[in-house]
Amino acid sequence: MANNLQFESKKLAIKYFTVAAILFGAQLLMGLIAATQFLFPSFLFEVFDFNVARMVHINALVVWMLYAMIGSVYYLLPDETEIETVGIKLGNIAFYILTAAVTVVVLVYILVQVGPATESTIWFINEGREYIEAPRWADIGIVVVVLVFVFNLFATAAKGKQTGIVTVLMADVLALAGLYLAGMFFTENISVDQYWWWWVIHLWVEATWEVFVGCLAAYGLIKIIGARREIVEMWLWIEVTMLFGSGILGLGHHYFWIGTPEYWWEIGALFSALEPVPLVAMFVHVIYDWGKETGLKEGTEEKTMNNTPAFAWFVTNAFGNFLGAGVWGFFHTLPQINIYTHGTQFTSAHGHLAFFGAYATILIGMFYLGLQGKNGIKVLKATFASKMAISLITIGVLGMTVSLTIAGYGQVLVERAQMGATWQAYFISQSLPWFVQGIGWRLVMGVVTFIGFIFLIKDLLTTSKSPRHIY
Amino acid sequence: MSRKVVSVWTSIPFWRKSAAWVTGFAAILLIWLTFDSMSQISMGTDTDLRNGITKRVPAPTVINYKITYEMDIKRGHEVPKIGEKEKFFGRDDWSEEEASSLLRLGKLASQAKNCMNCHTLLGNGAYYAPDLTKAWLDPAWENYILMTDSKTKEEAMSKFLQNPSMYPSHERMMPNLGITQKEAMGLVAFLKHMSSIDTNGFPRNFGRMSLDGKTGAIHGK
Repeated sequence: MANNLQFESKKLAIKYFTVAAILFGAQLLMGLIAATQFLFPSFLFEVFDFNVARMVHINALVVWMLYAMIGSVYYLLPDETEIETVGIKLGNIAFYILTAAVTVVVLVYILVQVGPATESTIWFINEGREYIEAPRWADIGIVVVVLVFVFNLFATAAKGKQTGIVTVLMADVLALAGLYLAGMFFTENISVDQYWWWWVIHLWVEATWEVFVGCLAAYGLIKIIGARREIVEMWLWIEVTMLFGSGILGLGHHYFWIGTPEYWWEIGALFSALEPVPLVAMFVHVIYDWGKETGLKEGTEEKTMNNTPAFAWFVTNAFGNFLGAGVWGFFHTLPQINIYTHGTQFTSAHGHLAFFGAYATILIGMFYLGLQGKNGIKVLKATFASKMAISLITIGVLGMTVSLTIAGYGQVLVERAQMGATWQAYFISQSLPWFVQGIGWRLVMGVVTFIGFIFLIKDLLTTSKSPRHIY
Repeated sequence: MSRKVVSVWTSIPFWRKSAAWVTGFAAILLIWLTFDSMSQISMGTDTDLRNGITKRVPAPTVINYKITYEMDIKRGHEVPKIGEKEKFFGRDDWSEEEASSLLRLGKLASQAKNCMNCHTLLGNGAYYAPDLTKAWLDPAWENYILMTDSKTKEEAMSKFLQNPSMYPSHERMMPNLGITQKEAMGLVAFLKHMSSIDTNGFPRNFGRMSLDGKTGAIHGK
């Protein structure tokens, strides 16, 4: 297949996008296994247990998103700085090292699964800490690889043109890489363990990743609808102010019940209640720019939209981020509610819609920008497959979210409010018809999502061959 | 660009500065609060325990004492209460060193066996199996003492952990994770220690209601 990309940096980005898409598929498959086990607990019992399926499910999620994020930066860097990325050879080597390491880690998760209670398990099998289970040798490797990426970004920005988007990205990836270090130690004090664990998880997902999404949205709007850089960058800085202003101390909403002092109740409640604000701003931003800049240019027939599928995913991001991270996050963020809902299917419902709405959507949008660049398509139009992909994936994830919310509702009323969270209370709530039906619909909606994913892959692989795109 | 800025609200430098100041302020506040939180959640010592000084996270030697979860009227929610001495695997004189290494083994085992990807600990983790925050205080272990033909709760827990699928409580069973006797002992110590952590009243009303109306952790103590 012809490659129309002039920059090595963009070619590397396509490699990152490819691995990201494969890992996305792995994430969905593991999710389907885990969802099936909720309904039929004997499915693969003591062969491929829920803990393994779930670990690979969430790790594949984190890793595919990081791949897509790194890819996105390599993709936009030549456009922003107007030069080839510095140290791109090193970047390529780092890509292969990272991919080899990820493969080994996944194989160990699947084949070895658990180890004896020794330090060597933590070094070589898994660390058993949700989301950052990667064994320590891989942690160190990941840091090295990410540092290569950070170096490339900084060196390129120093040499080429430094736009607002690049400036924000530089600060953001530095924080992202630094925060990972907070999760790389062992302590027997579980409260201390969880305290620092949240520095990685929350400060990534609700601070640095959100700012990262702001950068991608800014870049995408300039590329896709030709939005004016000044407007977009002004909004970007407003979003950074609000996202970091609420997200950093919003960390407090994870410190209600892990042994930490009570003052986190007030801090967590206040700042996490503010967290949806920038998400509304981001939403307004996209709609505002859309109305202002797109459609038909005055007096001409010329269309300014040059990538319909990417734009559709970007708009879905604005809605999804607000709905999943904002609304679903807010409704159980206050301590008065959270004491009942913490660690139930409510959390799961919020998690599914937030990760999808805030991150998956915009990163899939970036896949489409990469596709357009790689195939040298001037105006990329939606195809049947791209419409099926976005509809089925979005309906699937929304459906899973609603199902899990209903299941969580039953669970909270019976297990938490009525019976008091014991073992017996837990299993009684898991057998409620509302719960079981919710979990059943989650599986159905998971299958819908997976079918959408197949359409997505088909579209990404075949769009270049579509006659309407051959110029 | 030499465009005249008409309002501060559309000025990029203004928002850039705001972003830097707000981020800096939030980060400094977080770091300051972290220092305070760290001092409050660091583990207490055996001396604290012997003198009845309450720590949010008590010393590992808390395994030598009886732990209950009781309503604190002043704070408006339940808190762990450390009571008189209680034998743990036949002893109530676990030294600081022994208790600490047992806790360390248990915490390591909880990570090595990937407990968090089915259970929740302090409410964090997966939601496929019960929360373990106050698992040590769970009334269900009474049945397990009979089911596993044990004399004590810790013995029952240890037997269950080594052969979980032999003692199912629900069709959603715990798999056999190859937990050894020593590891099981560590895990029980880890669970007992975790139940003594002051979690600001989480889980609320733990064990308020039980099917027989007697064995709830609060009302059945």
